[in-house]
Amino acid sequence: MRKSLFRILSVGPIPNHIAFILDGNRRYAKKRNLNEGMGYRAGFLSLMTLCKYCCELGVKYVTIYAFSIDNFKRKPHEVDAVMDLMLEKIQGMLKEESIVSQYGVRVYFIGNLELLNEHVRQAAVKAMEATSNNDKIVLLICVAYTSTDEIVHAARESCEAKRARVRSSGAREGNEEELKVVDIERHMYMGVAPDPDILVRTSGETRLSNFLLWQTSNCVLYSPRALWPEIGLRHLVWAVLNYQRVFPLLERRRKQM
Amino acid sequence: MFLRWLEATILDFGDEMHKVYMWIWSSGDLGLRLLWHILHLILSTWYFIIGLMGSVESFLISSGLFKRYRDLDISKVQYLAVAIDSDEALQTLKVLELLRWLEAIGLRKVCLYDTAGVLKKSKEALTLLLKNERMSSETASDPLVEEKCLSLEVISFSDGKQAVAKAADVLLKKHYLSSNTEKPKLTESDMTDALGAIGYREPDPDLMLIYGPARCHMGFPAWRIRYTEILHMGPLKSMKIGALIKAIHRYTMVHQNYGT
Repeated sequence: MRKSLFRILSVGPIPNHIAFILDGNRRYAKKRNLNEGMGYRAGFLSLMTLCKYCCELGVKYVTIYAFSIDNFKRKPHEVDAVMDLMLEKIQGMLKEESIVSQYGVRVYFIGNLELLNEHVRQAAVKAMEATSNNDKIVLLICVAYTSTDEIVHAARESCEAKRARVRSSGAREGNEEELKVVDIERHMYMGVAPDPDILVRTSGETRLSNFLLWQTSNCVLYSPRALWPEIGLRHLVWAVLNYQRVFPLLERRRKQM
Repeated sequence: MFLRWLEATILDFGDEMHKVYMWIWSSGDLGLRLLWHILHLILSTWYFIIGLMGSVESFLISSGLFKRYRDLDISKVQYLAVAIDSDEALQTLKVLELLRWLEAIGLRKVCLYDTAGVLKKSKEALTLLLKNERMSSETASDPLVEEKCLSLEVISFSDGKQAVAKAADVLLKKHYLSSNTEKPKLTESDMTDALGAIGYREPDPDLMLIYGPARCHMGFPAWRIRYTEILHMGPLKSMKIGALIKAIHRYTMVHQNYGT
Protein backbone atom coordinates (compact mmCIF):
# COMPACT_ATOMS: atom_id res chain seq x y z
CA MET A 1 0.00 0.00 0.00
CA ARG A 2 2.80 2.40 0.99
CA LYS A 3 4.89 1.45 -2.04
CA SER A 4 1.86 2.04 -4.29
CA LEU A 5 1.32 5.45 -2.73
CA PHE A 6 5.00 6.33 -3.21
CA ARG A 7 4.77 5.22 -6.85
CA ILE A 8 1.89 7.63 -7.36
CA LEU A 9 3.72 10.46 -5.59
CA SER A 10 6.80 9.82 -7.73
CA VAL A 11 4.89 11.04 -10.80
CA GLY A 12 5.60 14.53 -9.46
CA PRO A 13 8.88 16.00 -8.19
CA ILE A 14 10.23 14.27 -5.11
CA PRO A 15 12.09 16.49 -2.63
CA ASN A 16 15.82 15.85 -2.60
CA HIS A 17 16.30 16.95 1.02
CA ILE A 18 13.85 17.03 3.94
CA ALA A 19 14.74 18.51 7.34
CA PHE A 20 12.93 17.72 10.60
CA ILE A 21 12.76 19.52 13.94
CA LEU A 22 12.01 16.73 16.42
CA ASP A 23 9.74 18.73 18.71
CA GLY A 24 7.39 17.21 21.27
CA ASN A 25 9.21 14.22 22.81
CA ARG A 26 8.78 15.52 26.36
CA ARG A 27 5.16 16.50 25.80
CA TYR A 28 4.51 13.03 24.37
CA ALA A 29 5.99 11.40 27.48
CA LYS A 30 3.84 13.63 29.71
CA LYS A 31 0.72 12.87 27.64
CA ARG A 32 1.31 9.10 27.95
CA ASN A 33 2.43 9.23 31.62
CA LEU A 34 5.91 8.04 30.74
CA ASN A 35 9.23 9.33 32.01
CA GLU A 36 11.05 11.77 29.74
CA GLY A 37 13.61 9.19 28.66
CA MET A 38 10.82 7.07 27.16
CA GLY A 39 9.61 10.09 25.21
CA TYR A 40 13.02 10.42 23.56
CA ARG A 41 13.13 6.68 22.85
CA ALA A 42 9.71 6.84 21.21
CA GLY A 43 11.05 9.77 19.20
CA PHE A 44 14.00 7.68 18.05
CA LEU A 45 11.64 4.98 16.75
CA SER A 46 9.74 7.61 14.79
CA LEU A 47 13.01 8.85 13.37
CA MET A 48 13.98 5.40 12.10
CA THR A 49 10.52 4.93 10.56
CA LEU A 50 10.64 8.31 8.82
CA CYS A 51 14.15 7.61 7.48
CA LYS A 52 12.90 4.32 6.08
CA TYR A 53 9.96 6.04 4.38
CA CYS A 54 12.20 8.80 2.99
CA CYS A 55 14.61 6.21 1.61
CA GLU A 56 11.75 4.30 -0.08
CA LEU A 57 10.33 7.51 -1.50
CA GLY A 58 13.67 8.49 -3.04
CA VAL A 59 14.64 11.38 -0.77
CA LYS A 60 18.44 11.63 -0.83
CA TYR A 61 19.12 13.77 2.27
CA VAL A 62 17.41 13.84 5.65
CA THR A 63 18.51 16.34 8.29
CA ILE A 64 17.33 16.27 11.89
CA TYR A 65 17.66 18.80 14.70
CA ALA A 66 18.64 16.39 17.44
CA PHE A 67 20.17 18.74 20.00
CA SER A 68 20.50 22.51 19.94
CA ILE A 69 23.23 24.51 21.69
CA ASP A 70 20.29 26.15 23.52
CA ASN A 71 19.30 22.72 24.89
CA PHE A 72 22.46 22.67 27.03
CA LYS A 73 20.56 25.14 29.24
CA ARG A 74 18.19 22.32 30.30
CA LYS A 75 18.57 20.58 33.65
CA PRO A 76 21.87 18.61 33.81
CA HIS A 77 20.15 15.25 34.36
CA GLU A 78 18.04 15.83 31.25
CA VAL A 79 21.06 16.77 29.13
CA ASP A 80 22.89 13.68 30.43
CA ALA A 81 19.91 11.44 29.60
CA VAL A 82 19.83 12.74 26.02
CA MET A 83 23.59 12.36 25.65
CA ASP A 84 23.45 8.79 27.02
CA LEU A 85 20.65 7.91 24.61
CA MET A 86 22.59 9.48 21.75
CA LEU A 87 25.70 7.47 22.64
CA GLU A 88 23.66 4.27 22.85
CA LYS A 89 22.02 4.89 19.47
CA ILE A 90 25.25 5.95 17.74
CA GLN A 91 26.92 2.75 18.94
CA GLY A 92 23.86 0.83 17.73
CA MET A 93 24.31 2.37 14.27
CA LEU A 94 27.68 0.71 13.92
CA LYS A 95 26.20 -2.78 14.18
CA GLU A 96 25.63 -4.66 10.95
CA GLU A 97 21.98 -5.38 11.58
CA SER A 98 21.10 -1.73 12.23
CA ILE A 99 18.75 0.21 9.94
CA VAL A 100 21.70 2.41 8.99
CA SER A 101 23.53 -0.56 7.51
CA GLN A 102 20.45 -2.19 5.99
CA TYR A 103 19.37 0.96 4.19
CA GLY A 104 22.85 2.18 3.24
CA VAL A 105 22.65 5.38 5.30
CA ARG A 106 25.64 7.70 5.35
CA VAL A 107 25.70 9.63 8.61
CA TYR A 108 27.09 13.10 9.28
CA PHE A 109 27.12 14.81 12.66
CA ILE A 110 26.67 18.50 12.08
CA GLY A 111 27.45 21.14 14.68
CA ASN A 112 30.03 22.31 17.17
CA LEU A 113 31.09 18.80 18.22
CA GLU A 114 33.67 20.27 20.63
CA LEU A 115 30.75 21.04 22.97
CA LEU A 116 29.90 17.34 23.30
CA ASN A 117 31.46 15.09 25.89
CA GLU A 118 34.44 12.99 24.80
CA HIS A 119 32.56 9.68 24.51
CA VAL A 120 29.75 11.04 22.35
CA ARG A 121 32.17 12.98 20.16
CA GLN A 122 34.39 9.98 19.55
CA ALA A 123 31.40 7.75 18.83
CA ALA A 124 30.10 10.34 16.36
CA VAL A 125 33.43 10.53 14.54
CA LYS A 126 33.58 6.73 14.42
CA ALA A 127 30.03 6.51 13.04
CA MET A 128 30.86 9.05 10.31
CA GLU A 129 33.93 7.04 9.28
CA ALA A 130 32.12 3.70 9.42
CA THR A 131 29.26 4.87 7.20
CA SER A 132 31.35 6.90 4.75
CA ASN A 133 30.90 4.31 2.00
CA ASN A 134 27.11 4.08 2.30
CA ASP A 135 25.38 5.79 -0.60
CA LYS A 136 21.62 5.21 -0.55
CA ILE A 137 20.63 8.11 1.66
CA VAL A 138 22.47 10.71 3.77
CA LEU A 139 21.34 11.40 7.34
CA LEU A 140 22.63 14.66 8.81
CA ILE A 141 22.24 14.77 12.57
CA CYS A 142 22.50 18.32 13.90
CA VAL A 143 23.84 18.12 17.41
CA ALA A 144 25.31 21.00 19.45
CA TYR A 145 24.07 23.10 16.55
CA THR A 146 22.50 26.47 16.00
CA SER A 147 22.39 28.41 12.76
CA THR A 148 24.00 31.48 14.28
CA ASP A 149 26.87 29.36 15.65
CA GLU A 150 27.25 27.80 12.20
CA ILE A 151 27.38 31.24 10.55
CA VAL A 152 29.98 32.54 13.04
CA HIS A 153 32.04 29.37 12.59
CA ALA A 154 31.90 29.78 8.80
CA ALA A 155 32.87 33.47 9.10
CA ARG A 156 35.77 32.52 11.38
CA GLU A 157 37.03 29.84 8.98
CA SER A 158 36.69 32.23 6.02
CA CYS A 159 38.67 34.91 7.85
CA GLU A 160 41.40 32.44 8.77
CA ALA A 161 41.61 31.13 5.21
CA LYS A 162 41.75 34.68 3.83
CA ARG A 163 44.46 35.67 6.29
CA ALA A 164 46.53 32.62 5.32
CA ARG A 165 46.14 33.59 1.62
CA VAL A 166 47.12 37.20 2.34
CA ARG A 167 50.19 36.12 4.31
CA SER A 168 51.33 33.68 1.65
CA SER A 169 50.58 35.75 -1.45
CA GLY A 170 51.47 39.22 -0.21
CA ALA A 171 49.40 41.98 1.42
CA ARG A 172 48.44 44.03 -1.64
CA GLU A 173 46.87 41.23 -3.68
CA GLY A 174 44.86 39.81 -0.74
CA ASN A 175 43.32 43.07 0.48
CA GLU A 176 41.67 43.85 -2.87
CA GLU A 177 39.34 40.88 -2.44
CA GLU A 178 36.48 41.12 -0.01
CA LEU A 179 34.88 38.11 1.60
CA LYS A 180 31.89 36.93 -0.42
CA VAL A 181 28.85 34.78 0.28
CA VAL A 182 30.52 31.80 -1.48
CA ASP A 183 33.45 32.05 0.95
CA ILE A 184 31.09 31.83 3.92
CA GLU A 185 29.05 29.00 2.36
CA ARG A 186 32.18 27.00 1.65
CA HIS A 187 32.79 26.72 5.40
CA MET A 188 29.26 26.00 6.56
CA TYR A 189 28.78 22.74 8.50
CA MET A 190 25.83 22.00 6.19
CA GLY A 191 27.98 22.42 3.08
CA VAL A 192 27.97 18.62 2.67
CA ALA A 193 24.34 18.69 1.51
CA PRO A 194 22.17 20.81 -0.81
CA ASP A 195 19.63 23.19 0.75
CA PRO A 196 16.52 21.46 2.13
CA ASP A 197 13.31 21.44 0.08
CA ILE A 198 10.95 20.88 3.00
CA LEU A 199 11.36 21.63 6.71
CA VAL A 200 8.95 19.85 9.04
CA ARG A 201 8.55 21.01 12.63
CA THR A 202 6.19 18.86 14.68
CA SER A 203 3.99 19.97 17.60
CA GLY A 204 2.44 22.78 15.61
CA GLU A 205 5.15 25.31 16.48
CA THR A 206 5.88 27.74 13.69
CA ARG A 207 9.36 29.01 14.49
CA LEU A 208 12.71 27.67 13.25
CA SER A 209 14.46 27.95 16.64
CA ASN A 210 17.83 28.76 15.11
CA PHE A 211 17.79 25.78 12.71
CA LEU A 212 18.99 26.01 9.09
CA LEU A 213 18.09 29.71 8.87
CA TRP A 214 20.73 30.23 6.15
CA GLN A 215 19.71 27.21 4.08
CA THR A 216 15.91 27.58 4.06
CA SER A 217 15.47 30.59 1.74
CA ASN A 218 13.53 28.50 -0.72
CA CYS A 219 12.26 25.78 1.56
CA VAL A 220 8.62 24.89 2.22
CA LEU A 221 7.86 25.05 5.96
CA TYR A 222 5.34 22.61 7.38
CA SER A 223 4.12 22.47 11.00
CA PRO A 224 1.84 19.51 11.69
CA ARG A 225 0.18 19.49 15.13
CA ALA A 226 1.33 15.93 15.87
CA LEU A 227 4.08 15.53 18.44
CA TRP A 228 7.30 14.06 17.03
CA PRO A 229 6.73 10.46 18.29
CA GLU A 230 3.24 10.63 16.67
CA ILE A 231 4.50 11.59 13.21
CA GLY A 232 3.53 9.13 10.50
CA LEU A 233 3.27 8.37 6.81
CA ARG A 234 0.29 10.70 6.32
CA HIS A 235 2.37 13.72 7.45
CA LEU A 236 5.19 12.85 5.04
CA VAL A 237 2.72 12.39 2.17
CA TRP A 238 0.98 15.69 2.99
CA ALA A 239 4.34 17.52 3.11
CA VAL A 240 5.39 16.09 -0.26
CA LEU A 241 2.04 16.89 -1.90
CA ASN A 242 2.28 20.50 -0.69
CA TYR A 243 5.85 20.71 -1.97
CA GLN A 244 4.76 19.41 -5.37
CA ARG A 245 1.97 22.02 -5.47
CA VAL A 246 4.42 24.92 -5.25
CA PHE A 247 7.40 23.28 -6.98
CA PRO A 248 7.21 25.39 -10.22
CA LEU A 249 7.28 28.59 -8.13
CA LEU A 250 10.23 27.36 -6.03
CA GLU A 251 12.18 26.43 -9.18
CA ARG A 252 11.57 29.87 -10.66
CA ARG A 253 12.70 31.56 -7.41
CA ARG A 254 15.78 29.33 -7.19
CA LYS A 255 16.91 30.48 -10.64
CA GLN A 256 16.35 34.13 -9.71
CA MET A 257 18.29 34.01 -6.42
CA MET B 1 -36.15 -6.38 0.83
CA PHE B 2 -34.96 -2.78 0.58
CA LEU B 3 -31.95 -3.54 2.79
CA ARG B 4 -30.98 -6.46 0.57
CA TRP B 5 -31.22 -4.21 -2.48
CA LEU B 6 -29.07 -1.55 -0.77
CA GLU B 7 -26.47 -4.13 0.24
CA ALA B 8 -26.29 -5.52 -3.31
CA THR B 9 -25.93 -1.99 -4.77
CA ILE B 10 -23.08 -1.11 -2.41
CA LEU B 11 -21.27 -4.37 -3.18
CA ASP B 12 -21.68 -3.83 -6.93
CA PHE B 13 -20.35 -0.26 -6.59
CA GLY B 14 -17.36 -1.57 -4.62
CA ASP B 15 -16.66 -4.16 -7.34
CA GLU B 16 -16.86 -1.51 -10.06
CA MET B 17 -14.50 0.82 -8.17
CA HIS B 18 -12.06 -2.06 -7.69
CA LYS B 19 -12.19 -2.81 -11.44
CA VAL B 20 -11.56 0.86 -12.26
CA TYR B 21 -8.65 0.95 -9.81
CA MET B 22 -7.09 -2.21 -11.28
CA TRP B 23 -7.55 -0.83 -14.80
CA ILE B 24 -5.82 2.43 -13.83
CA TRP B 25 -3.01 0.53 -12.14
CA SER B 26 -2.46 -1.84 -15.04
CA SER B 27 -2.46 1.06 -17.52
CA GLY B 28 1.05 1.87 -16.28
CA ASP B 29 2.27 5.46 -16.46
CA LEU B 30 -1.01 6.89 -17.67
CA GLY B 31 -2.85 5.31 -14.78
CA LEU B 32 -0.29 6.58 -12.27
CA ARG B 33 -0.53 10.09 -13.70
CA LEU B 34 -4.30 10.00 -13.37
CA LEU B 35 -4.09 8.88 -9.74
CA TRP B 36 -1.51 11.62 -9.05
CA HIS B 37 -3.81 14.26 -10.52
CA ILE B 38 -6.68 12.89 -8.44
CA LEU B 39 -4.56 13.24 -5.27
CA HIS B 40 -3.77 16.84 -6.15
CA LEU B 41 -7.39 17.52 -6.98
CA ILE B 42 -8.33 16.30 -3.49
CA LEU B 43 -5.64 18.61 -2.03
CA SER B 44 -6.89 21.61 -4.03
CA THR B 45 -10.49 20.89 -3.00
CA TRP B 46 -9.39 20.74 0.62
CA TYR B 47 -7.67 24.14 0.34
CA PHE B 48 -10.72 25.59 -1.41
CA ILE B 49 -12.95 24.50 1.49
CA ILE B 50 -10.42 25.79 4.05
CA GLY B 51 -10.28 29.07 2.14
CA LEU B 52 -14.06 29.44 2.23
CA MET B 53 -14.18 28.70 5.94
CA GLY B 54 -11.31 31.16 6.47
CA SER B 55 -13.22 33.89 4.63
CA VAL B 56 -16.30 33.39 6.79
CA GLU B 57 -14.22 33.38 9.97
CA SER B 58 -12.33 36.54 8.87
CA PHE B 59 -15.63 38.30 8.25
CA LEU B 60 -16.91 37.36 11.70
CA ILE B 61 -13.64 38.45 13.35
CA SER B 62 -13.64 41.82 11.59
CA SER B 63 -17.29 42.30 12.65
CA GLY B 64 -16.09 42.20 16.24
CA LEU B 65 -18.12 39.14 17.09
CA PHE B 66 -15.40 37.34 19.06
CA LYS B 67 -14.39 38.95 22.35
CA ARG B 68 -10.91 37.43 22.38
CA TYR B 69 -10.04 39.15 19.09
CA ARG B 70 -11.44 42.47 20.30
CA ASP B 71 -9.12 42.48 23.34
CA LEU B 72 -5.86 41.99 21.44
CA ASP B 73 -2.69 42.56 23.48
CA ILE B 74 -0.70 44.24 20.73
CA SER B 75 2.17 45.15 23.08
CA LYS B 76 3.42 41.55 22.73
CA VAL B 77 4.30 42.22 19.10
CA GLN B 78 7.22 44.61 19.44
CA TYR B 79 8.42 44.15 15.87
CA LEU B 80 6.47 42.62 13.00
CA ALA B 81 7.99 41.41 9.74
CA VAL B 82 5.91 41.05 6.59
CA ALA B 83 7.52 39.01 3.81
CA ILE B 84 5.78 39.39 0.45
CA ASP B 85 6.39 37.44 -2.75
CA SER B 86 8.17 39.85 -5.14
CA ASP B 87 5.58 39.44 -7.91
CA GLU B 88 2.78 40.22 -5.47
CA ALA B 89 4.73 43.14 -3.94
CA LEU B 90 4.15 45.03 -7.21
CA GLN B 91 0.58 45.58 -6.00
CA THR B 92 1.55 48.78 -4.14
CA LEU B 93 -2.03 49.71 -3.25
CA LYS B 94 -2.55 46.33 -1.62
CA VAL B 95 0.67 46.78 0.37
CA LEU B 96 -0.52 50.24 1.41
CA GLU B 97 -3.85 48.79 2.56
CA LEU B 98 -2.01 46.17 4.60
CA LEU B 99 0.11 48.87 6.27
CA ARG B 100 -3.05 50.85 7.05
CA TRP B 101 -4.54 47.80 8.75
CA LEU B 102 -1.36 47.19 10.76
CA GLU B 103 -1.34 50.81 11.89
CA ALA B 104 -5.05 50.63 12.79
CA ILE B 105 -4.46 47.48 14.86
CA GLY B 106 -1.84 49.38 16.84
CA LEU B 107 1.49 48.16 15.49
CA ARG B 108 4.26 50.72 15.43
CA LYS B 109 7.32 48.97 14.02
CA VAL B 110 7.07 46.95 10.83
CA CYS B 111 9.70 45.45 8.57
CA LEU B 112 8.70 44.82 4.96
CA TYR B 113 10.66 42.26 2.97
CA ASP B 114 10.66 40.91 -0.54
CA THR B 115 13.41 39.02 -2.34
CA ALA B 116 13.90 41.20 -5.41
CA GLY B 117 13.79 44.63 -3.72
CA VAL B 118 10.45 45.69 -5.23
CA LEU B 119 9.31 47.13 -1.91
CA LYS B 120 12.50 49.19 -1.59
CA LYS B 121 11.48 50.98 -4.80
CA SER B 122 7.98 51.66 -3.46
CA LYS B 123 9.11 52.58 0.07
CA GLU B 124 9.10 56.30 -0.55
CA ALA B 125 5.66 56.23 -2.12
CA LEU B 126 4.27 54.07 0.68
CA THR B 127 5.73 56.30 3.43
CA LEU B 128 4.43 59.44 1.72
CA LEU B 129 0.93 58.07 1.20
CA LEU B 130 0.73 56.86 4.80
CA LYS B 131 1.94 60.24 6.08
CA ASN B 132 -0.54 62.15 3.91
CA GLU B 133 -3.43 60.02 5.12
CA ARG B 134 -2.37 60.54 8.72
CA MET B 135 -2.03 64.31 8.31
CA SER B 136 -5.44 64.61 6.71
CA SER B 137 -7.18 62.54 9.38
CA GLU B 138 -5.40 63.99 12.47
CA THR B 139 -5.32 67.66 13.48
CA ALA B 140 -1.97 69.32 12.75
CA SER B 141 -1.43 70.21 16.41
CA ASP B 142 -2.17 66.74 17.75
CA PRO B 143 0.91 65.91 19.85
CA LEU B 144 0.25 62.19 19.54
CA VAL B 145 0.54 62.17 15.73
CA GLU B 146 4.24 61.24 15.78
CA GLU B 147 3.69 58.46 18.35
CA LYS B 148 1.03 56.87 16.18
CA CYS B 149 3.33 56.81 13.10
CA LEU B 150 4.27 53.46 11.70
CA SER B 151 8.03 53.08 11.62
CA LEU B 152 8.87 51.23 8.42
CA GLU B 153 12.01 49.24 7.64
CA VAL B 154 12.24 47.83 4.10
CA ILE B 155 14.77 45.13 3.23
CA SER B 156 15.50 42.60 0.51
CA PHE B 157 17.58 39.48 -0.19
CA SER B 158 20.80 41.50 -0.40
CA ASP B 159 20.38 42.45 3.28
CA GLY B 160 20.66 38.80 4.27
CA LYS B 161 23.57 36.65 3.15
CA GLN B 162 25.50 39.50 1.53
CA ALA B 163 25.22 41.55 4.72
CA VAL B 164 26.73 38.66 6.69
CA ALA B 165 29.59 38.43 4.17
CA LYS B 166 30.22 42.19 4.53
CA ALA B 167 30.11 41.86 8.34
CA ALA B 168 32.61 38.97 8.12
CA ASP B 169 34.81 41.29 6.07
CA VAL B 170 34.64 43.90 8.84
CA LEU B 171 35.67 41.20 11.35
CA LEU B 172 38.46 40.08 9.03
CA LYS B 173 39.95 43.57 8.91
CA LYS B 174 39.45 44.21 12.61
CA HIS B 175 40.54 40.89 14.15
CA TYR B 176 42.65 39.10 11.57
CA LEU B 177 44.51 41.39 9.19
CA SER B 178 45.41 44.08 11.69
CA SER B 179 46.18 41.84 14.63
CA ASN B 180 48.79 39.26 15.49
CA THR B 181 46.45 37.05 17.52
CA GLU B 182 46.78 33.60 16.04
CA LYS B 183 43.16 32.41 16.40
CA PRO B 184 40.81 35.23 17.39
CA LYS B 185 37.77 33.87 19.18
CA LEU B 186 34.88 35.32 17.20
CA THR B 187 31.52 35.14 18.96
CA GLU B 188 27.92 35.76 17.97
CA SER B 189 28.01 39.18 19.62
CA ASP B 190 31.02 40.09 17.46
CA MET B 191 28.91 39.27 14.41
CA THR B 192 25.97 41.27 15.78
CA ASP B 193 28.30 44.24 16.41
CA ALA B 194 29.78 43.95 12.93
CA LEU B 195 26.30 43.89 11.37
CA GLY B 196 25.48 46.97 13.45
CA ALA B 197 28.63 48.69 12.21
CA ILE B 198 27.48 48.31 8.58
CA GLY B 199 24.03 49.65 9.34
CA TYR B 200 21.97 46.63 10.42
CA ARG B 201 20.79 47.63 13.88
CA GLU B 202 17.09 46.78 13.82
CA PRO B 203 15.83 44.17 16.29
CA ASP B 204 14.74 40.63 15.44
CA PRO B 205 11.06 40.43 14.48
CA ASP B 206 8.80 38.62 16.97
CA LEU B 207 6.40 37.52 14.24
CA MET B 208 6.70 37.16 10.47
CA LEU B 209 3.66 37.09 8.21
CA ILE B 210 4.24 35.60 4.75
CA TYR B 211 2.06 36.81 1.87
CA GLY B 212 2.59 34.66 -1.17
CA PRO B 213 1.74 31.30 -2.70
CA ALA B 214 4.23 29.25 -0.64
CA ARG B 215 4.97 29.00 3.07
CA CYS B 216 8.61 29.97 2.75
CA HIS B 217 10.59 32.87 4.25
CA MET B 218 12.12 33.68 0.84
CA GLY B 219 15.60 34.48 2.14
CA PHE B 220 14.70 36.86 4.99
CA PRO B 221 17.98 37.71 6.79
CA ALA B 222 18.90 34.54 8.64
CA TRP B 223 20.55 36.33 11.55
CA ARG B 224 17.26 37.96 12.54
CA ILE B 225 14.76 35.08 12.57
CA ARG B 226 16.18 32.74 15.22
CA TYR B 227 13.02 32.65 17.31
CA THR B 228 10.58 34.45 15.02
CA GLU B 229 7.14 32.85 14.72
CA ILE B 230 6.38 32.40 11.02
CA LEU B 231 2.79 32.34 9.75
CA HIS B 232 1.65 31.93 6.15
CA MET B 233 -1.24 34.24 5.23
CA GLY B 234 -1.80 33.19 1.61
CA PRO B 235 -1.69 35.40 -1.49
CA LEU B 236 -1.66 39.19 -0.97
CA LYS B 237 -4.69 39.66 -3.23
CA SER B 238 -6.83 37.57 -0.85
CA MET B 239 -5.62 39.25 2.34
CA LYS B 240 -8.28 39.91 4.99
CA ILE B 241 -8.11 41.98 8.13
CA GLY B 242 -9.84 39.23 10.12
CA ALA B 243 -7.09 36.78 9.19
CA LEU B 244 -4.48 39.36 10.20
CA ILE B 245 -6.10 39.85 13.62
CA LYS B 246 -6.34 36.08 14.08
CA ALA B 247 -2.64 35.64 13.24
CA ILE B 248 -1.57 38.30 15.72
CA HIS B 249 -3.86 36.85 18.38
CA ARG B 250 -2.37 33.42 17.78
CA TYR B 251 1.10 34.85 18.30
CA THR B 252 0.09 36.44 21.62
CA MET B 253 -0.91 32.97 22.90
CA VAL B 254 2.41 31.30 22.05
CA HIS B 255 4.83 30.35 24.82
CA GLN B 256 8.48 29.89 23.92
CA ASN B 257 10.97 28.10 26.13
CA TYR B 258 14.03 28.97 23.97
CA GLY B 259 15.41 25.47 24.06
CA THR B 260 15.21 24.89 27.81
